[in-house]
Parts: sequence; structure tokens; C-alpha cells
Amino acid sequence: MLRLERRAHPSTLMMFASPLIAAVCMLITGYLLFILLGKDPLHAFWIFFIKPLTTAYGIGEWLLKATPLILCGLGLSIGFRASVWNIGAEGQLTMGAIAAGGVALYFHGVEATWVLPLMVCAGVAGGMAWAAIPAFLRTRFHTNEILVSLMLVYVAQLFLGYLVQGPWRDPDGFNFPQTKMFTDAEMLPLLVDGLRTNLAFVIALLLVAVSWFFSHKMFAGFRMQVSGLAPAAARYAGFSEKLNVWLALLIGGGMAGFAGMAEVAGPIGQLQPTISPGYGFAAIIVAFVGRLHPLGVLLASLLMSLLYLGGETAQMNLGLPSAVTGLFQGLLLFYLLAADIFITFRLKSHSRPMEQVRPVDALLPEELI
Amino acid sequence: MSVEQLIPIFASTVAAATPLAYAAFGELVTERSGVLNLGVEGMMLVGAVAGFAVAFHTGSLGLGFAAGMFSGVALALIFAVLTLSLQTNQVATGLALTLFGVGLSAFAGRDYVGVTLGGLQPLTIPLLSDIPFFGPLLFHFDILVYGSIVALFALQWFFGRSRWGLVLRAVGESPASAHAIGYSVIGIRYMAVLFGGAMSGLAGAYLSLAITPLWVEGMTAGRGWIALALVVFGTWKPMRVLLGAYLFGGVTILQFYGQGMGIHIASQLLSMLPYLVTIFVLVLISRNPKTILLNQPMSLGQSYYPHS
Repeated sequence: MLRLERRAHPSTLMMFASPLIAAVCMLITGYLLFILLGKDPLHAFWIFFIKPLTTAYGIGEWLLKATPLILCGLGLSIGFRASVWNIGAEGQLTMGAIAAGGVALYFHGVEATWVLPLMVCAGVAGGMAWAAIPAFLRTRFHTNEILVSLMLVYVAQLFLGYLVQGPWRDPDGFNFPQTKMFTDAEMLPLLVDGLRTNLAFVIALLLVAVSWFFSHKMFAGFRMQVSGLAPAAARYAGFSEKLNVWLALLIGGGMAGFAGMAEVAGPIGQLQPTISPGYGFAAIIVAFVGRLHPLGVLLASLLMSLLYLGGETAQMNLGLPSAVTGLFQGLLLFYLLAADIFITFRLKSHSRPMEQVRPVDALLPEELI
Repeated sequence: MSVEQLIPIFASTVAAATPLAYAAFGELVTERSGVLNLGVEGMMLVGAVAGFAVAFHTGSLGLGFAAGMFSGVALALIFAVLTLSLQTNQVATGLALTLFGVGLSAFAGRDYVGVTLGGLQPLTIPLLSDIPFFGPLLFHFDILVYGSIVALFALQWFFGRSRWGLVLRAVGESPASAHAIGYSVIGIRYMAVLFGGAMSGLAGAYLSLAITPLWVEGMTAGRGWIALALVVFGTWKPMRVLLGAYLFGGVTILQFYGQGMGIHIASQLLSMLPYLVTIFVLVLISRNPKTILLNQPMSLGQSYYPHS
């Protein structure tokens, strides 16, 4: 019989192999799913994963959609390393977008170079402020940050809905729930003419490097990792838990806020009731699939962004529901968690030698229970 | 406002509270066994869509509710295999279950958007329902509302009076001790997690078959997360969890009656109330760390592997 046996040391090979195994399992499930839906699976694969990348425009879209995932995923992974479970990146992204949008609307028509940097600052500050709420409540009142950050997602989305349908609605917008379009001075510059990829992607790449430096070379990053892996050791060493919680949430919130700013000052160009197809939640998957490592986050973001893009292409070309994307993303995380078991355990077929190390059970007669 | 006008407000409060109560009861049992399942929202969504789809095709609400429970159990089984047999991190796996449930329900429900069916009707109890005022107030609910009250007493008996309730609590407080005296920690936790799944699935089906008999993508709107908060708010005690559910039911329907009561606030801002109240009560209950420490099952969220 096959059974699990703990490895003497965690397997480094499996650390890297498990995201790949998860991706392959996801593809196999996708293959079966396409057959079930009555599509030619190979054709569907081509439409889903290859066709979007056959044009320069498609590659631009791929990088464009990866940008918010990289930003949110980097921020979340820094928090997750310290076991600070910020799952409200979607709300922080929304508040970043609202803050940046507010600046854009306030200075509407002011064609000055300082407007855009101000919008970036507002976006980062908006996300940070929203993340500061769970940080404050956790450090001051011991309130669970998972539930608080998640609740604030709904609050942020309702607030955005209120703004675009109420005070910030474009008076010349035929009653559509959206604000004025931002002016050119309020939009992030495009990298290449004809593609929608903008400066935010380059900043996201820089932040990959900065995140790596923070978590691998700086003492603050080390402190956070110790608190995540061995909370008792961190306490003994005198590392402040409160500081870690604040850092984790502010970094995560700031990056998500910038992602929100980059969405409204990029592909969207205005505020509207929905500004993200769940990037903040998908970033949770990105962080785990990316092994909470900045480079991993980058690769995972590219994969997840391809799933978004493929979902759209498949909807147009195959009539597949775009919800397939969410299904694939959820499956990917499940498979990853399952594959991760082999980092610390291995499969062994043997005839129960484990019994020898469990004398306590064997000695206890049924009557005693 | 006359007293009679309170009847519909009370009725919708109870209706809004019932799915929260079921989901929170399920999670309560799961957490009492030491397992934190953050996938309630996902299980509710899948329960809602499965319940609706089966009720739509078979024409039977009973089968719909059964399908809701069954799908909740199926999702909980994935969670149980991963966290209990494969020792994965409970927080990460629970989040995965919710994200998966959101995707799966949107995918499975795409054909049912905009379709309606006759929802669950209130029971008419001979004599009792005819009592003036109190009849419509207390004896004009559907069967699952009464079921949630029965569930409350059943849980109180289970935890307080039954042998297996004691064993479940022992597993949650000290899995090593429960294992040492010969109980199967993993087996009991499996049961608790699956029960939680069944209750979440039922709660989801109640949303799509009783409260608003239709399917809308993401229709739970965070109720699964509120149910999780309710368990903390109720300090892992069934009675307090149910009271919390009624409190939240009241807050949820306030947005519908707010305009009528002359509160002129934008509907979006009123809709924030349940989420803000959730945060508020969480702060209230966790302000004193001892409250949580004394009531939370000791092994909550920690993996237990007996053979290593």
C-alpha cells in the first residue's frame, strides 16, 4: 500500500517542480473539460493559450493584464511570508483607483506634468490607508485581519459604486454610471505605439527587483520571514510583531493601490463601477503559485494573465463562458496545494513499519477508552 | 408605524438570518473540531447554483436543497482531503476553496442567469398560524426557518450532553490527547468538515431557492465570510451564533426598509452596513484577547498528523 512518509529534509526539487505539476494538472483538467463541453480540446487549447500571443497586440494585452497581478501578488507575498493574511487586495486596489481618480477629476484639464505623479502618490496612499484599517485593528484590538480586509473589499466596491453614480458622475455622460474620461496628462504613458501596455509594467518589473532586495537582503524582510516561519523564535529575538503586521499590510496595500491607479489611468481611463475582474483575489493565487518569491510571482502573474486573456479569446472564438478563467485559476491553486505535499512528504510503498513507533496505541485496550 | 407593519420587517429579518445561521452552525462544528475552513463562501455559492439547477430541472425544491447540501459536502471533501490527509495549510486551502467555488459556480450557473422558479413557501400551521398578530409573526415561516431553531437545540444537546459532542470538542482542544485515548482525530475532523460543507451548501441553496428564487453570479455577497465572523462573534457557542445571525439579518434588511423609514442615504452606503457591522462586532469581541483565547478551540487551524 502506498503511504506518505515525512522526508528528512524538505525537497528543493519539489519546491520548484510543484507549480509546474500544478499547471500540468490544470491543463489536463482543462483538456477533459473542453471534451465535456463538446469542443475539440487541441483547438480549444490553441485558442486559449497560444492564439492570444500570436500578435503583438495580444502580447501587449498579456503584459497589461499581468501588471496588476504582479503588483498585488508582490505585496501579498511579502505579507504571506510573515503570516499576515491580507486577502483584501481587491479593496485596496479599488481605493487606490478611487484616490487616483479623485485627483484626476479635481485637476481635470490642468495639463501639468505633476498631475500624474500626484495620482500615483494618491493611489498608493489610498491603498495604504485602506490596508491600514486591518493593520490598526489587528495591532490595537487583535482583530482577525482576514475577515476585516475581506469585508473592506465590499465596502470599497460599494463606495466606488456610490461615487460614480452620485457625486462623481459625468454630467455629460448620458446618465451612465461613470466619471469623465481622464485627459492625456492624467494617463500613464504607453510603452509602444499601438499596444496598451503602459509604464506601470516597467514599474512592476522594477518592484520585482525591489521586493527581492527587501525580502532577501534587508533585515526588515528577514524579520518578517522569521515571524512567519517561527513566531516563537521571532518573539524571543525581540522582533516586533506589530511592526511586521503594519509593514506587511502597508506594503501590500500600497502596491495594490498603485495597481488600481494603473488600471484607471491606463486601460480604463475613467472611474466606473467595476474596475477589476478580481485581480486582487487572483493575486492570492499568484502569490502561492509564485512560491511567495518575487520572481515566482512574476512568472505566476504571466500564467494567470494568460488565463484571463485566453478566457476572453475563448469566449469570442469558441463561445465558452468567460467564467472558465475563474475555474482554471481556482483549480491551479488546488493542484498546487496538493502537489506541495511532496515537498515535505514522499510516497512510499511498504508494509506498515510505522506500527513500531506507536506503542502507546497498541498498549491501550479498548476498555480504557 | 403600526405594530402590523413590523411583521414583514421581522419576517425578512428572519429570512435573511436563516442562511447565515446554517452556514455559521456548520462552520461552528468544523471549528470546534479544530479545523478552520475559510471556504464557506465558495461552498455556499456552489450550493446555491446546484440547488437552483436541480430544483429547476426536477421541479422539486426538496431535491434542490438536497443537491445544495450534497455539493457543499463534495467541496468540503476536497478541503478535507487536502488539509486532513495531505496536511496542507488550512488558511491557504480555505481561500482556494472559496476562489474555486466562485469560479465553479459562475461557470456552472451561466445557463440559469435570469431564470426564475417558485420559491420555498411558508408553512401554514393549523390553528397557530391563524392567531391574530402572533400567527403571522411567529407561525408563518418556511420549514427551514423552523429547522434552524431545531438545529440550535440539536447542537446544544450535541456539544453539552452527548458523548460524541464531547469527543469532537476534545479533538478540537487537544488532538494529541484524543488520539492517545484511541479516537481517530482525522476521522472525526472529516465528519466535522463534511457537516460544515452540508450546512454551507444548504445555506447557499436557501439563498437561491427561498430568499430570492433565482441565480445571480456571486449572489452570496460575502455572507459566507460574515458567517465566519459570526462564529467568532458567538464565541463558538450555538446560541450566541444564532443571536448574531438575527442581528445581522436585521442589519441586512435595514437597507431595504431604510428608504421607507425616511432615511435618505444612498443605497450603496446603506448596503455597506452589514460589512461595517461585521468589522465592528469583530473588534468588540476580540478587543480583550482573553475572550478569544478562552473560547477558541485550542488547536484551531493547526494540522495534526498522528503517525509522524
